[in-house]
This record gives sequence, structure tokens and C-alpha cells, in this order.
Amino acid sequence: MSLELEQQVKELESRINKLSNRQAKDQLSMVVFSGDMDKILAAMIIATGATAMDTKVKLFFTFWAISALRDPAKNVKEKNFISKMFGMMLPKGRNKLKLSNMNMAGMGPAMIKSIMKKNKVASLDDLFKIAAEQGVEINICEMSMNLMGFKKEEMIDYPGLNVCGVATFLADAEESKVQLFI
Amino acid sequence: MTTDELKNLKSQITVDARGTSCPGPILAAKKSIGEIKSGEIMEVLSSDEGTKNDIPKWCQKMDFEYLGCVDEDGIYRLFIKK
Repeated sequence: MSLELEQQVKELESRINKLSNRQAKDQLSMVVFSGDMDKILAAMIIATGATAMDTKVKLFFTFWAISALRDPAKNVKEKNFISKMFGMMLPKGRNKLKLSNMNMAGMGPAMIKSIMKKNKVASLDDLFKIAAEQGVEINICEMSMNLMGFKKEEMIDYPGLNVCGVATFLADAEESKVQLFI
Repeated sequence: MTTDELKNLKSQITVDARGTSCPGPILAAKKSIGEIKSGEIMEVLSSDEGTKNDIPKWCQKMDFEYLGCVDEDGIYRLFIKK
């Protein structure tokens, strides 16, 4: 083979590699934005359902949804006044979330939880456990975490819990066949 | 497959997902399908009517053969060939 031809083949090879790397994978990327209990529930049901179908799942928790990742047993000292305020006003953990509809000063979530139990719908606790077992990736938006004064140390223990920025989400979304915003 | 044919099928494994709601049955199916070999049959029991639609889609995605469903008083017996 002439040197020129060899060069061309190499170039083509690298181009094909680049193209196949860009092809959408069997992967689901989700922005979890809402901190409402019902919406987090929907997000987690879709996420765990997807893993049952062998789809890789990457969740990007941002803004109000970060409340769902707070560990009620963990406290961080040395917070400034505004961070403390946010910390006090926002739900501390997934079991303190409100409903987007029919919240009725906390009666709604209690009612839903009892109906869910009756209908054997998995609780948020169950769903997070399944998600961890199935390797659902959870990323937390660093910018919103800083905005609300949350620290990674007060988040739940979850395998591979990662703090990142929008570029991570975009890169994940770009290589995913399905993208959702909840 | 007809209902009678399905009823006479010998499944290598039976997964009891009765009493669970979506996505319980497909998670249970996913957990157990690894225990059988290609060509063998798995039966999923569910009390959730949606499973009747979900398991065929799950099979399609996972590249398994969906054989059919037998409805026995609100308990659905779904047959899958790996």
C-alpha cells in the first residue's frame, strides 16, 4: 500500500470512530427540576423502569429537586444566614416533600402515602434503593446547590453521587436516545 | 399461542410479582430472566392489569419472545421465551 493510501485509511478510520461515538446510546437522561413529591415519584418510576429495560439512566437533579436528596440525619454547620434560611424553609429529604396538587397543608402527602401503601406502589425510599441497586446515576447541579446553600455533605448516601455542571448534563443528554425534563 | 397451549406450557421459572405496582413486575422480570437459558420459558404472575401491555413491550426491547397471557380472575400469567 502506498503511503498516501495508508494515510487516507487512517483518516477514514478515525472519522468513523468519531461518528460512532456520537451515535445516541440506549440511555435516558433526565433533568429532575421539580421538588414536588409526585413529580419526583414519576421521575424515579421512569428511571427504575428504564433500568428494567436495560437502559442506562442518568439523572441531573437541579433547583427544587435537590431537596429530595437531602439527608434528614445530616447537618452542616458554618452556613451563612441565607443558606440557613433556605435550609429551614425547604423540605429536608424525600419524605418531607409536598404534592404539586392537593397538598392541603400536608394532608395530601399523608393521604397519598397511605393510598400508595394500600395499592403496593413503591415508596420513594424503595425507589431510591432500587435505583441505587440498578446503577441509576445521580448528578447534582452544583450551581443550584450553591444558590440554595446546600453542601454535598448533607446529601443522602448514594453510590456514585456526583456534583457537576450543565456541561455534564448536556454531554449525557447528547448521547442519550431519550431526554426528559421533570 | 392459544390459552390452552399457554396453560400447558412448562416454564423453567415462575416470577411472582402479584401485589406490586408499576414498575414492580418488569423489575421482577428483569431480575429473574438471567436465571434461565436462551430458549427456556419464564412465567410472570401479576395482579396489575398494565403488565399485560408492559411485558410485550419489555420483551420487544429486550429481544425476548412474548408468547402470550392467560387471565385467571384478575391474575395475569404472562409467558416469555428467552
